[in-house]
Amino acid sequence: MFEWLTWFTNMENTKPFALVLYFTCFVGIIAYVFIGKKRAKRFEEYKFIPFDEDS
Amino acid sequence: MSSISLTNSQPYNYDIIRKFTVMAIIWGVLGMTAGVYIALELTWPAFNLDIPAITFGRLRPVHTTLVIFGFGGSALFATSYYVVQRTCQVRLTSDVMANMTFWGWQIAITLAAVSYMAGFTQAREYAEMVWPIDILIAVTWVTYFILFVSTLAKRTQPHIYVANWFFVAFILATAILHIFNNMEVPISFFSLKSYSLHAGVQDAMTQWWYGHNAVGFFLTAAFLGMMYYFVPKQAGRPVYSYRLSIIHFWALVFLYMWVGAHHLHWTALPDWTSTLAATFSILLLLPSWGGMINGIMTLSGAWDKLRSDPVIRFLIVALSFYGMSTFEGPLMSLKSVNALSHYTDWTIGHVHSGALGWVAMVTFGSFYHLIPRLWETKMYSDKLIFLHFWLATVGIVLYISAMWVAGIGQGLMLRAFDEYGNLAYTFIETVEFLYHPYAVRAFGGMFFVAGIIVMAYNVFMTIRKGRIEKAALEEKLAAKLAKVQG
Repeated sequence: MFEWLTWFTNMENTKPFALVLYFTCFVGIIAYVFIGKKRAKRFEEYKFIPFDEDS
Repeated sequence: MSSISLTNSQPYNYDIIRKFTVMAIIWGVLGMTAGVYIALELTWPAFNLDIPAITFGRLRPVHTTLVIFGFGGSALFATSYYVVQRTCQVRLTSDVMANMTFWGWQIAITLAAVSYMAGFTQAREYAEMVWPIDILIAVTWVTYFILFVSTLAKRTQPHIYVANWFFVAFILATAILHIFNNMEVPISFFSLKSYSLHAGVQDAMTQWWYGHNAVGFFLTAAFLGMMYYFVPKQAGRPVYSYRLSIIHFWALVFLYMWVGAHHLHWTALPDWTSTLAATFSILLLLPSWGGMINGIMTLSGAWDKLRSDPVIRFLIVALSFYGMSTFEGPLMSLKSVNALSHYTDWTIGHVHSGALGWVAMVTFGSFYHLIPRLWETKMYSDKLIFLHFWLATVGIVLYISAMWVAGIGQGLMLRAFDEYGNLAYTFIETVEFLYHPYAVRAFGGMFFVAGIIVMAYNVFMTIRKGRIEKAALEEKLAAKLAKVQG
């Protein structure tokens, strides 16, 4: 049932798998943060949080 | 000028922050003085005074524990409690738990220092505490985690400000590191001696997975949390790019976890493991410099503050040292460079450019911002802040320059061959070479200690001033009230 897990024990499988997984994740974060004008605007508004307490 | 206090309403728990702030300064003075003393011992061994408790081997972990965990740790408790309350706009969820973290931490640091001087250690670098102290720290730390996360959960702000992300990563990673690195079996319930659960090369790798992530999460991520709040506040302008801070966070926390094995180049560790660690160390340059640029560019358009505001000077110089030491680190993680630098004082110089230049300077800057607000007054003397800044900066420059000379010189001597292929220098010649750089290092350390003593005096006078002003105000109010009632 769990024989498919043995695929991960081969370093030649896990190395490219890890590369694709992490690189996709990294590109995904970059895309999420920088694409979309509304989201970008929202993110940049958060930087004023430390000053909210002064108002 | 910007070190002037604001009046604080008191919905927040400031008492715990005040206690940790004061203890951070006390541990800083003691720990840095211990550092200078062991520097003197290395230069002039007569300073050992034939007293076992103060020999280098015992005082060195006292120094590292007091400065990293006593000074740095208490500063992080103080600033994280301040930042999470101010940016979430809620009080800490439990005063009892906050006090538990205070007493647990202070007792652990005290017991650690005393036990090292008495000769008790588990001989794991930056984790020398014997097992009962490890348990006390684990309990304290889990309490800290629960308190911090429950406060975040209660926030009135919809978004968790990025500084808190760094603090959470620091608290969570430190808990994992501490617990897994200290898995050990005591030889009996009544003995302080224990054996590690790991063995051989796995033990070494666990130790350096812990050791470098102590640098990565305790001394870097957490102090970046400090930076992301106090630099914008002191500069009076928001952080340069919030989106960059998000990339900075995820890249930094992901990459740091992999780099510990670069401490074990050219050892029994499998070659691919240390190559992987070196690769991740080079990649780490990107988020490190991204964060450094984000911090420094926050001052964009207000560079004139560097001339007039000593607090901003501390913060910007800290970021400059952060950039410098995070360039030097990846460089030293390269196997070819490491072959020269490892087992020499270059490593000690690198550590101190990060610890003094980045960690201590950003803490000083943050404290000079924080302390007037905690005691609702102004700093006693801005001139003394300027004096502290110059003493600290000159001290760091002397220290790291001396260690570059010592380390690179020593490394070159250890691998020099004569025309017949024999070693060109005996080991003792490489030790003799270190005498002058060691003397300069001790001198640089004295400058740095003088700086924190000046700070301690300035803070003491500020607290006193704050209390006098508060008493006068209360007296005035009482008199007014009596007049109205009369």
